[in-house]
Order: sequence, then C-alpha cells, then structure tokens
Amino acid sequence: MNTLACIKRVPETGAKIVLTDDNQAIDTTSLGFTISPHEECGVEEAVQLAEETGGTATVLTLGSPEADEQLRTGIAMGADEAIHLETDGEQWGPRATASAIAEGIEAADESVDLLFFGNESADQENYQVGVRVAHMLGLPVVTGIKNVEIDGDTVVAEREISGGTEVFELPIPAVLTVKEGLNSPRYPSMRSKMQARRAEVATATPERSEANDVEMIELETPERDDSPAEVLGEGPEAAEDVVAVLEELEVI
Amino acid sequence: MVLVLIEHDDGAAIDTTLEAATIARDVAAQEDEPLEAVGFGTVPGDVADELGEYGVDTVFAVTHDDLTDYAPVAWAKSVRELIDDREPSAVIAPGTDRGAETFAHLAAIADLPLAANVVEVDTGGDEGYELTRQRWGGSLLEDARIDAEPNLLTIVPHEVSAEPATEAGEATLESYTPELEEGDFIVQVDRREESDTEGVPIDQARVVVGGGRGVGSAADFDQLEELADLLNGAVGSSRAAVNEGWRPHDDQIGQTGNKIAPELYIPAGISGAVQHWVGCKGSEKVLAINTDPEAAIIGKADYAVIADLHEVVPEINRILKEKHR
Repeated sequence: MNTLACIKRVPETGAKIVLTDDNQAIDTTSLGFTISPHEECGVEEAVQLAEETGGTATVLTLGSPEADEQLRTGIAMGADEAIHLETDGEQWGPRATASAIAEGIEAADESVDLLFFGNESADQENYQVGVRVAHMLGLPVVTGIKNVEIDGDTVVAEREISGGTEVFELPIPAVLTVKEGLNSPRYPSMRSKMQARRAEVATATPERSEANDVEMIELETPERDDSPAEVLGEGPEAAEDVVAVLEELEVI
Repeated sequence: MVLVLIEHDDGAAIDTTLEAATIARDVAAQEDEPLEAVGFGTVPGDVADELGEYGVDTVFAVTHDDLTDYAPVAWAKSVRELIDDREPSAVIAPGTDRGAETFAHLAAIADLPLAANVVEVDTGGDEGYELTRQRWGGSLLEDARIDAEPNLLTIVPHEVSAEPATEAGEATLESYTPELEEGDFIVQVDRREESDTEGVPIDQARVVVGGGRGVGSAADFDQLEELADLLNGAVGSSRAAVNEGWRPHDDQIGQTGNKIAPELYIPAGISGAVQHWVGCKGSEKVLAINTDPEAAIIGKADYAVIADLHEVVPEINRILKEKHR
C-alpha cells in the first residue's frame, strides 16, 4: 500500500506570540520550527502502513525553501519519498494550498492508496485543506481520525465523540485527516537523520491559484486578563478554603 | 436570510449550536434579514422552541430515507440545496467536528471560500464581511475579509456566550427532503463504540481536575481521580503527562487535545503553557494548584493554591468525604 502524508512547517511558539512590526506574520527570528503535531502522527501512520504492506510512504509539503527541514524529518521518520511544492514563503489561503497539493499529488509518479492530512494546521487552523484535496482528487474523506485499521480494500477510521467513538468505513483509495493521539510518532535516530540529509527531494514550483479566498488583513494578539488570581492559601492548610470556594461555586 | 446549521442531542440544542445561533442572529440583524436554521433528522419541537428564543424564524429539518446517521457529504449537499432554494447571504455553523467537516465539504462542493474559527463578524466591510478568527488555538487573532455568495463561516466553540434574543419569537418547523445520490452516503457513521472509561465524559463534566508533569507518575493520579469522583467530574491532563505515558491521549486538554468548558477547572501540577491554556480557557472558573507562585497558570487562574498537590489534594478529599457522610 502506498501512502502519503502532507505536512506543514510551523514555528514552535513559546509562552507568548510576538508579531512582526507590520502585524502580517509571527516574528520567528528567535523560534525553531516543527511539523504540526497532528501531521506528525499522519507521517507515523503513513510510514507504518507502508512498512507493513511493503509499499512506499511519501511526505509532501507546500512551503518555503526552508520547509525542506521538515521533509527531511519525515524522511528520517521512515518516509521513502519526499515532494516539496516550493513557494516564496508567503501565506497561502486554504483554496490555493489545496489546489497546489492536489496537482502535486496527481503529478507524482506513483498512485497513492491512503492520504493523510492533519485535521487542522497548528498555525492557520482553516479545517478544510484535506477535504478540498479529496474533492479535487475525487476521493472519499473523513476528518478528525484517531484510529486507523485496514481491512482488505476498506479503511476503518475512528473518530472520538463524547463518551466513545464513531466508526467510518471508507473504500480505499481514501483521504483521512488525523489528530494527535492516533499513534506515538517515533523520534528519528541520529543515523536516520544523517541519512535523511542526503536523501533526494522532488521539487516543483506550483502556481498560486487566484480563486476567491478568505483574505488576511492583519494579525493581533488577544487581550489577556492579567488580573492576579485570588490566592486561597499555601500548603495543605489551604484545603478548607478550597472547599469553601467549591461550595460558593455550587459544584458540591 | 442568514442560515445556521444546528446540532441537537437528547431533545435539546447543543451549547455550541446556541453560540453559533447567537452570532448568526447578530449577522442577520446587521444585514436586516431573517434568521433560519437547518438541522438533520427529526428535530424535536422543544429544539425549535429553543431556537425561536434565539431569534430563528424557520427550522428546516432535513429527512431522507438513506440518511440514517451522520454522513458529511449528504449533510453538505443538503445544505447546498437549501442555499439554492433560500439564497442566504451567510451560512454559519458551529465549529464542532461535524460543523467543521460538513462546511469543509460544502465549501469544496460549492466552490466557495470558508472562514473557520470565527469569533466576530462585521458585515459592513468595503468588500464583503470583515471578521475576526482565531489561530493557534486562540493565542492569536486574525482580522480577515470574506466576500462570496453566500459567506460560509464556522464559529469557534466555547468562545462566544450563547444569549437568547431580547424578544423571543417562535420558530416554525418545516420538513425538507433533499435530492441525494447513493454516492453521497459512501462516508456515513457505520457504528458507535462506547469508551471503556467510566464516569462523566470530559466534555460534559461540570468540574474537570487536570494533572500535569507535577503529578509525577501515573499512580499519583489516584488522588486527582478521587477528587474528580467526589465532585462528580472528570480527570484531564496536560500534553506533558500524556507524553510521559501517565494518561491516555483522550484525556489531553489543549490545542491538540480536548477543548473543555466546565464550570470549574482545577489544574494541579500544570505550569500553564499557552498550548494548554487554549484548551481550558473556556472554563467559567479556574482554581490552580501549583508549588510555583510564578507559574503561568497562577497568573491566568481565578483562584490559586500554592501547595504541593500531593499534600493538599488528599486533604481536600478528606474534607469532602466528611461532608458526604
């Protein structure tokens, strides 16, 4: 079974997000970068399924030349192939992103049986790229998946709901958008990281679709309520005061 | 007309639906247009009454012989047919798993832009709507523009409060049968499985007790479990505790886990990184237990106890048990 995982390079934000002076982006000068956590699980699942079935696992990203770093992380995690749809680093909207990814997948040499996306990207949270790509490729899709089993030509996908899970069965080929908790992504070994540095990455430069999309005006950091907490006490003696608050809030 | 997608359960509209209806009513008022709603399956009269209080005029209940359970493409195509019939200027859904999924399909099928995670809408922009949407779990806001017919929006859960209209109206319930094809049901819920975990699910609990790295081990969650039991609540955890293998991922609260909105959240031994806070900021009150008075969570909480959770939590449990007698 051939699998493909789409990943996105995102900054590792710390305790407070700092914006650039023009409020158009996050100031990343002192930040490292990573793969969105949901997508890391997508890579792990794609690699495991390909390993179990003797297929090929591919990682794909749309992003700046620097996103090469995240593709190589994917290779170090066990992906066999990597595709880089290179942009100038500008933020693309979800429609342009989806068009370019769908075209990139169609242009790839090998057909893919299962495609993994994150349920939403950590930075933009548009909740739609995977579904749009599925429609463009004419494939069934289900979102927010936290467990995947293969049963012949069917993929059994589970989504968490309040107090349990709901189960979907999709014919393969299919697209799944996944959430963290699907699996425990491996930490690549130093050796595999070294090997990944020398791996070949297929590169293409897609054209940005002009489709009508949501357009960013500017970013802002939300106002925070910095009013200090009411300190009920220190040490175990504070227990009485805690119980008094629980009574006041009528939760007991 | 403005159209809002509704979800209902056990004869009542879900909280997030009422939140979305509140924003949708605001959009409808700005546009000086009526508010209508679309729901799936048999919509009980009580739900229609509730929506009437939120300013909805008409509730379309979509029924179809093959629509035996949730099916995202069938839902999206039904809403699309209704859009063609009713020509709304905006279509709004709660940003729940189903709302977000249905609208992603709707946007793809109808070839429209979709703004997700919206918290505020101004319909009077020069070009279309100007809106504010959340990013990074709500630690960042984006002002954006959308200009389409109709504008598709999903509302971030637990951020805006659900408020009935000042003048309660009555909603008429109308049945709506879309034309759907076999292919629209390729993806449909096949079955449901109950979780092995006993007790109240974390997203429904009035009280959630959270544990982080400060708990120290899987076994040390016992005291937090007991506190949660005594308060008829649920236990959650930080990403650090999940990564340590102390708790299952289903318990995780944060940007990539559960986003909870209980009456009271009690984070114990959790420092309160942004990634955790965005999963619990919907809580009405937060009572933090931490040894470090400088921990970020103390600055964000309503109440704080500066103590070792291993000492203070058993003491709280002891007092609560005495009261139970």
